Order: sequence, then C-alpha cells, then structure tokens
Amino acid sequence: MNRKVLGPFNRVEGDLEVQLDIEGGLVKAAYVNSSLFRGFERILIGKTPTDALVYTPRICGICSVAQSVAAATALAKAQGLTPAPNGELAKQLILACENMADHLSHFYLFFMPDFARPIYEQEPWFSAIATRFKAQVGTAASEVLKARAEWLHITGLLAGKWPHSLSIQAGGSTRALTTNEVMRLRLMIRQFRQFLERVVFADSLEKVGALSSLDQLKAWSESHANSDFARFLALAEALDLYQLGRSYDQFLSYGAYQIQGIHTFKSGSYRNSAYATLEAGQITEDISHSWMQSRLRVANVWEGETNPHYGKVGAYSWCKAPRLQGQVLETGALARQLIDGQPLIVNAVKQTGGNVATRVIARVLELARLIPLMEQWCNALHSKEPFCTHAPIPDEAQGIGMIEAARGSLGHWVKIQHGKIAHYQIIAPTTWNFSPRDELGQAGALEKALEGTEVSDEGAIKVQHIVRSFDPCMVCTVH
Amino acid sequence: MAKMSVLWLQSGGCGGCTISLLNAESPDLMQLFELANIELLWHPSLSEYSNQQVLDLLHAILNGQIQLDALCLEGSVIQGPHGTGMFHALAGTNQSMMHWIKALSAKAKYVLAAGSCAAFGGITAAGENLVEATGLQHDGKNWGGLLGKEWCSKAGFPVINIAGCPTHPNWITDTLVQLALGQLQLDDLDELHRPRAYTDHLVHHGCSRNEYYEYKASAEQAGDLGCMMEHRGCLGTQARADCNIRPWNGGSSCLTGGYACINCTAPQFEEPHHAFGETPKIAGIPIGLPTDMPKAWFVALASLSKAATPPRVRSNATSDRVVIAPSSKVKGRKV
Ligand code: SF4
Ligand code: SF4
Repeated sequence: MNRKVLGPFNRVEGDLEVQLDIEGGLVKAAYVNSSLFRGFERILIGKTPTDALVYTPRICGICSVAQSVAAATALAKAQGLTPAPNGELAKQLILACENMADHLSHFYLFFMPDFARPIYEQEPWFSAIATRFKAQVGTAASEVLKARAEWLHITGLLAGKWPHSLSIQAGGSTRALTTNEVMRLRLMIRQFRQFLERVVFADSLEKVGALSSLDQLKAWSESHANSDFARFLALAEALDLYQLGRSYDQFLSYGAYQIQGIHTFKSGSYRNSAYATLEAGQITEDISHSWMQSRLRVANVWEGETNPHYGKVGAYSWCKAPRLQGQVLETGALARQLIDGQPLIVNAVKQTGGNVATRVIARVLELARLIPLMEQWCNALHSKEPFCTHAPIPDEAQGIGMIEAARGSLGHWVKIQHGKIAHYQIIAPTTWNFSPRDELGQAGALEKALEGTEVSDEGAIKVQHIVRSFDPCMVCTVH
Repeated sequence: MAKMSVLWLQSGGCGGCTISLLNAESPDLMQLFELANIELLWHPSLSEYSNQQVLDLLHAILNGQIQLDALCLEGSVIQGPHGTGMFHALAGTNQSMMHWIKALSAKAKYVLAAGSCAAFGGITAAGENLVEATGLQHDGKNWGGLLGKEWCSKAGFPVINIAGCPTHPNWITDTLVQLALGQLQLDDLDELHRPRAYTDHLVHHGCSRNEYYEYKASAEQAGDLGCMMEHRGCLGTQARADCNIRPWNGGSSCLTGGYACINCTAPQFEEPHHAFGETPKIAGIPIGLPTDMPKAWFVALASLSKAATPPRVRSNATSDRVVIAPSSKVKGRKV
C-alpha cells in the first residue's frame, strides 16, 4: 500500500488536501483535510444579533447571499417575524441569482477545464473540448464571464452589490423596487434565459426541464450536440462518469426557496431508497477526527462548541462531521432535485446512483428549472407594497435558519442572551460532503465516493473529477 | 515586451475578492489579461494546474527559475496557533501558508494585498482573533503585519493595499494594469498604501442620498430612503472609496441597495465597537463626524438645515419609496 497526498486542489473554492491510501492501483481509503480554520462561530459570540448579517456573508465570497439568507432566517425565527411578501420574493430572487451564477461558474470555470488537460490529448474528442473549455483561454471562459457579470446586475439592482450585500434582512429586503425596476428585472432574467437557451442548451428551458428519464436525456443530447450541456453528456458517456464517484446514495435537502411557508423544492432526506421528513433535532456534529475539543464528542447543534486543538491525536481536518441520526448524507443540487422528486433526477439516481455525471446533470438542470421560477417570483412582486417588516430583537431567543445554498443544505443555529449572540453554530453544505470520519469510523461522503477509484496517473485525474463533481466550497466548510 | 507575471494566493479569507474580480466588465477579466499583457502564472480558482504542478511552480519561483512580477495575496495571514501559522497549512505541503507567503514575497517585484483581510487582517481578525490573523504589512491600524514596517518588495515598493471587503473588481484591475505598464508611482498610494485612484474619494461623493444629507433628513428603519448617517451607522462621509462614483454590479452601491456604508476599505472596520446598523451618539450628535469637518460647524449646519427641510424630503426620508415627487417650477407660477 502506498500513500499519496494531493493538494493544493485548485478550481475548488478555498484550500483542500486529500490523502489517499492506494492498493493495487485503487483507492483503499481517502482522508479529506479542510486545511483552513478561521473561527466565525467564535467571532460572533457577544455581538449584536443583527451584526450576523455583516459577519456571516463574509464566511464565503461565492455563497455570501446564502449565508445572509440563513442568518436572516434564523433571526426572523428568533424575532417571531414574518417577512414582507415582497421582501421574501426579493430574497429568493437574489439567492437564486447567486445560486445560478455559482452553477455556471462551477460548470465552465471549475469542472469542465479538467477535460481539456494534456492527459486526454489522445482522445478523439480532445481538440474540440480543449478549444471550448481550456482553463482561461478556452472560448467559453470569456463568453461565460461576460454573461455571468451581466446576470449579476440583478444583485446590483436588488441587493446593492455582490458579494457581501447587507440588503437581506430578517423582515425582507432594504431595496424596494419601483414598477419600472420590476420591468428591468424581468428583462434581465429574459436576457440570461436567452444565453442559456443559446449556449448551454441550444433548446428551450421548458423542453430541458420536461425531460424525465436518463434515456430521454441521452436522446436529447444527440439531437442538441452543439450545446455545452450535450458536450458534457457525450464526455460522461465516453469516460463513463456514471460509474465514477459513488458515495452512500443517502441524500439531504433542507428545502429551497421558501415562500409563504412553502418550499419550492421540497425538504427531506433520502436514505435506503426511501424518502423521509426532516427534523432539525436529528442533526449532530461529531469531532472525533477534527482538530477540535469539546465536552461532547457528538453534540446536538445547540450543544456544539468550536474550540480548535491543533495536533490532536487521531484528527486530520478542521472540519467537524455532521450526521443525521448518525448517518452520512450527501447534499447539493442532486440531493435537492431528487428529494423534490424531479423525474429525470429520480430516474437517473435509480439507474446509476449519485456519481460524477448525475451530480453535474442535476446542477445544469437547475439552471433550466430556476429561470421560469424566477420569472414567476418577479411577476408576483407588488411594487406598491412594502419590502421589509420590522420588529425588535428580543433579549432572550433562539432560531434556526435552514436553507439551500447552491452546494446544498446550509444551517445557522443562533441563541440570543441578554440581547447579544450567545451561541452561533453553522453547518455548511461542504461540511456535510467533505466531513472527516466520525466516532464509528464512517467515512465522510467524499471519502466514501473516492474509495475504489483507479489511480493510474500522477495527477490522479479521476480523483479530481470526483472531488470537483461535489462543487466544494472549502471556505464555508470550516468557516 | 515581456508579460507581467502574476501569482495569486489565498489564505485566511472568503474568496470574495476573487469572486468580485470575476465581475469585471468591458473588458472581462480574461480579455483584460490579454489586452494588458498580463500572464497569470497561477490562480486557485482559474488555472488548470493542480496539486504537484502547483508546488513545482512555487518551487521554480523560489529558486529563481521563474520570475514573479506581482504576488497577490487574498485573505489574512494566519499566524496561529502560537505563531505557527498551522491554522492554515498549504495543502500538500504540511507547511504553514504564512511560511509560503513570506518566502514568495521576497521574490516578487511587487506584492499586492487584495482586500482588507490581506491588507489589515480584516474580518478574520474580528472578535478575539483566535487565529492571530494579520495583514501583510499592517496589523489593523498599526504597522507590522507579517512583513514589518521596513519591508520593501524588489521594486522598492511597500505592500500595495487594495483594501475593500470585497474589493471592487476595477480597484484590482486598474492597479494591475498600471503595474504592467510600469506607471504606478509611490505617490499614487495613500498613507495606508492604498491606491489613491479610489481612496482620494469618499463614499459620500455621488451618493444618491445627498439631498437627504444636506437637510439632515434621516432614515429611521431598514429600507428608508433618507440619509443613513444620523441613525443607521453610515460611515460614507468618512470612508475612503469611490463606490458611488464607480458603481458596482452594473450601476449600484451599498447605499443604492438601501444599507449603510460600513467603511470596508479601512483598517479595523470589522470591529466598530457598536452595532454596525446603529450610529453611536453623544448628546444626540453622531460620534463619527464627516471627515475634515469641525464639530461646531456640523452642529450649527445640521440644526439650520433641519429647520429648512422641505416636507417632500422629510416624508420621503422615512419611506422606502418616493411618496412626494419634486414639484416643477416654471417661471413665476407653480405647475
Ligand atoms: S447615506 Fe451615507 S454616503 Fe449617503 S449621503 Fe448619507 S452619509 Fe453620505
Ligand atoms: S460603500 Fe462602504 S461598505 Fe460599501 S463597498 Fe464601498 S466602502 Fe465598502
């Protein structure tokens, strides 16, 4: 057996190290190390509760809005505040805008460039893929950056600036739109719809959203071969990405885009091929393999602590290990669409499980599904009604904010005492996906997904595909 | 002409300055590198290289095989625990990122701090600063940081502090282009070594709330249109940046978005010692007065202008939309 250490990984957000035990050319065990600790949960202690809206977005530049929305949701619960309907819609629009920008960046800037690397030079498809997707210089890079920047004008309009907006409040949003601005928003969404329909899909979003099985998707891909999505699907076939990176096939979604108490994409878990509802109280964090010390090795999140202890024997990551009833779950677009019951994804998971191909398919599919929803939310805005409600912060209260970021389930647990933050715990999507082992020795979701992977080249390219298929955000992971 | 080589590293930050940088428009970032003759040796989010290839590149810079023109650091330097820097070990090396930053800084013609974390410590240094976060050449408001006051890069420059949380994409791109053209001079930097191109302005300049400011017609609640200085913690009259002149994300700013400027380009903005959204006052007068303004003048002007506030401005200030439109005066009569 030999050991291989991979790092620094690039084209993931933040710093990541993966250690592999390799036997007979296959990964026998993987150890994922989230190598940066900053301590946001400690920074927040003693602060005025609304200051969480300043600090938490700065956990992560790529999903700052998701962090804001989670914090605002937790505060609203603590305040017993119902957001203004317009403000709620505005928040979902800003969040959807960020999530879509992240999906787009992931596909074009982080994930696809790996297929344009010299290791694939001999493949028949190489030159076309390299021309399109090579890092920095491929034709897609400039085209996508331009479309992405224009798409993010929505955050300018609705949230002042991005990343790190302060417009998102417990009671809604600080930026009321006029009728004229709602119209502009509608046009911005249409403009991006056109980009997606022209470049990503070469088809209408509704048609893509209506595909309901893997067979249908494969047939669609052949008849839309000039789209970037079909280019990926062809690669997925050629390299058998459906066989790569299978984890436990247990999934989690907190439910996405909650409007008037209803999740647009359902919440729940999917374990042992069955759906189940979700209770926040079933979530624990385990620190047995983390460089952390605490009274409890496994703690309910309300009891969780953040005390770094570098050099702790047996530990190998700053990341804690979140578990649902002791089980390891995978979260992200795939989990979200599966739990929502989206037919294509349900069929794809039944046939092939969670793997590199299905994770990416679900993400790209969300691009097609979200635009029509954003159009609906935009139409539901009443520009004559308020965008924000207000209420004092109680001296003693607590609240949980559970939402879906681009990369999956994100939760903030806040306790207020004497008018100040007394407890703040955060579990980010990549905390779930890239967790280290727990006290039972169960490998985290990525660790499991890497087991059995063939490593025949110096750079372990298959390992890299698997790692990036999760769209990891390392700065969120440990925070 | 040889291209200017740029290496971008990330440590104790959120990656937001990179994400903001990707918002550059006309030209977009990739085009800009091409047009300005900039070669990106490596950037963690954008480059092809991973793992050993990256480490080989870093070694090649350290042993002089590859020339490094500009080193950009995003995120604070993490010195903890106990000065070891191991709260952030560079993946694949088992050595602290602090160690790598120091070694590579010695090789670079210019060293740039991208964002307030790398410049001053920033948000990561908030609270008890458990991780001993600091800036490259400043620790908060004080000289020091990782490299120390006397440190100079190979071109004789201090660390160039492109502060902001995050930075505006063009604060970075303008500085890089100026460097690539060999045009940046020491006196283009302010006393905190931030590019004067944006810190010669105040956020207050060009704010769409200026009429409310003039009349001291103030916002009371989140989302109100009035000036946010009196009650809602706005530091725009002190903050050195051009956010309302050089807009963000297609034409907006914090203030246009309905929330206060928290002075994110300044050292120690992360610890205002009061709630961000509230203005601390003594005897009803904000403690932080506009830059360069004597207190007595401010008090006199404020009471005068409050008395003169037109009903339109007063009503709109505490509303989230314009409730009374300006009237049009045609010579001699009101329309
Ligand atoms: S809101 Fe802030 S930046 Fe705008 S006018 Fe008032 S003080 Fe100036
Ligand atoms: S307006 Fe103030 S807080 Fe907002 S980006 Fe500019 S300097 Fe930073």
